[in-house]
Amino acid sequence: MSDKKAGIAGVIIFGVLSAVLYTLLYFYSDLLRQASQLVQQGDKILFLIPIGLAFVFSYIHGSFTDRFWSALGLKAKK
Amino acid sequence: MEVLEAINFIDLTWTNVISLLIVGFIAGMVSGFIGSGGAFVLTPAMMSFGVPGIVAVASNMAHKFPKALVAAIKRNKYGQVDVKLGIIMGIFAEAGVLVGKNFMVDIRNAFGTVGTDLYVSAIFVVVLAVVGGFVMRDAIRGKKKGQIEEKHEAGKLAKWVQSIHIPGTMVYFKSLDAKVSLLFVAPLGFATGLLAASIAVGGFIGVPAMIYVLGAPAVMATATELVVAFVMGMGGSMLYAFDGFVDIRLAMIILAGSLFGVQIGAIGTTYVKEYVVKYVMGAIMLIVLLSRLIKLPVYLDQMGFIAPLSAGLTSVLNYVSFITLILALVVGAGAILVALIKGIAEHKAQHAPLLDKGAAD
Repeated sequence: MSDKKAGIAGVIIFGVLSAVLYTLLYFYSDLLRQASQLVQQGDKILFLIPIGLAFVFSYIHGSFTDRFWSALGLKAKK
Repeated sequence: MEVLEAINFIDLTWTNVISLLIVGFIAGMVSGFIGSGGAFVLTPAMMSFGVPGIVAVASNMAHKFPKALVAAIKRNKYGQVDVKLGIIMGIFAEAGVLVGKNFMVDIRNAFGTVGTDLYVSAIFVVVLAVVGGFVMRDAIRGKKKGQIEEKHEAGKLAKWVQSIHIPGTMVYFKSLDAKVSLLFVAPLGFATGLLAASIAVGGFIGVPAMIYVLGAPAVMATATELVVAFVMGMGGSMLYAFDGFVDIRLAMIILAGSLFGVQIGAIGTTYVKEYVVKYVMGAIMLIVLLSRLIKLPVYLDQMGFIAPLSAGLTSVLNYVSFITLILALVVGAGAILVALIKGIAEHKAQHAPLLDKGAAD
């Protein structure tokens, strides 16, 4: 039972973190669009923003979805 | 100095966001099921929402490479990954990405974003026709054979490749259990990268190349492809991001849906026979091919390569192309869900007598 509880706790923690990330993405969406324009105009270092975000989102949201389906009982055969 | 049109990142209206989430989810499901990036659905889908070809490819890559890393680590735990082969192919693929990306940027500079639309679509049509046709044929043969489990054995071509010894270039790969010259691995990696930079799907070359040319078992080839996808995807994304072509908002919205879908697709494969996976893959590829084919005249018209189309015809073509793409997604998602539900039901039925007995007691 404690395994199940830990699983649900994981779903909640990563779910909340994921929701926070997407909320921030929504609020800063115009800024991100501008960052890409700035890269085009010569501020090359800003190219790290999308690359860094891709890693962070994948890790957090990936951990959430992985735990989400397991918690719902959808598992591979065997 | 030439003046370029500003990069056209689409506005994220609620309709766009919800549509992207759904498309991402279904594409994720497809990619989890057939072991390929799902980008062959996503790139055309993004383009149907009005995203320029170059931005669609760049953003797709950015959502794919960290996902590939996560999946590669997972499958490495099952011993399916040949890390050495993956990294070596990935490095050569990087060179292919560089050439492919420069070519794409040249096209954009010369013809504008519509040039990249036409280029991406044309490559899609050719690649999907060849690979989709091949996969479909393989699926039909697999069904006829009744899917007798065959022991893995390298094909004729792979045996020949493994038999060639070029001093100073031979490397041992565990997935092949043989030494192969780097001079064979290099062009395969390069071609994978070239295709990846062009349409964001490199696996269409990488996986068959590892199976049929080098002689790797299918399960190791698809797992090792994840390493290749990560190495070249990260490099490619950086190159595109360096020119400001990655729309990270778009990439992350798609990621939101696709990570949910990937899990369902991957679980689905454990309940079905291999030829079913190939049928679904072939069917989706051929329908997506049709969708891009219908759109080609519109791009040709925009570039002035053909006599102008009437406004009515253009909107009909746009509409039919979009509906065809939706059809591909519905067919793919439907087939996977049906296979999954049937598989789970059969699995439960097999174990039911025991459960019933347990309940009766």
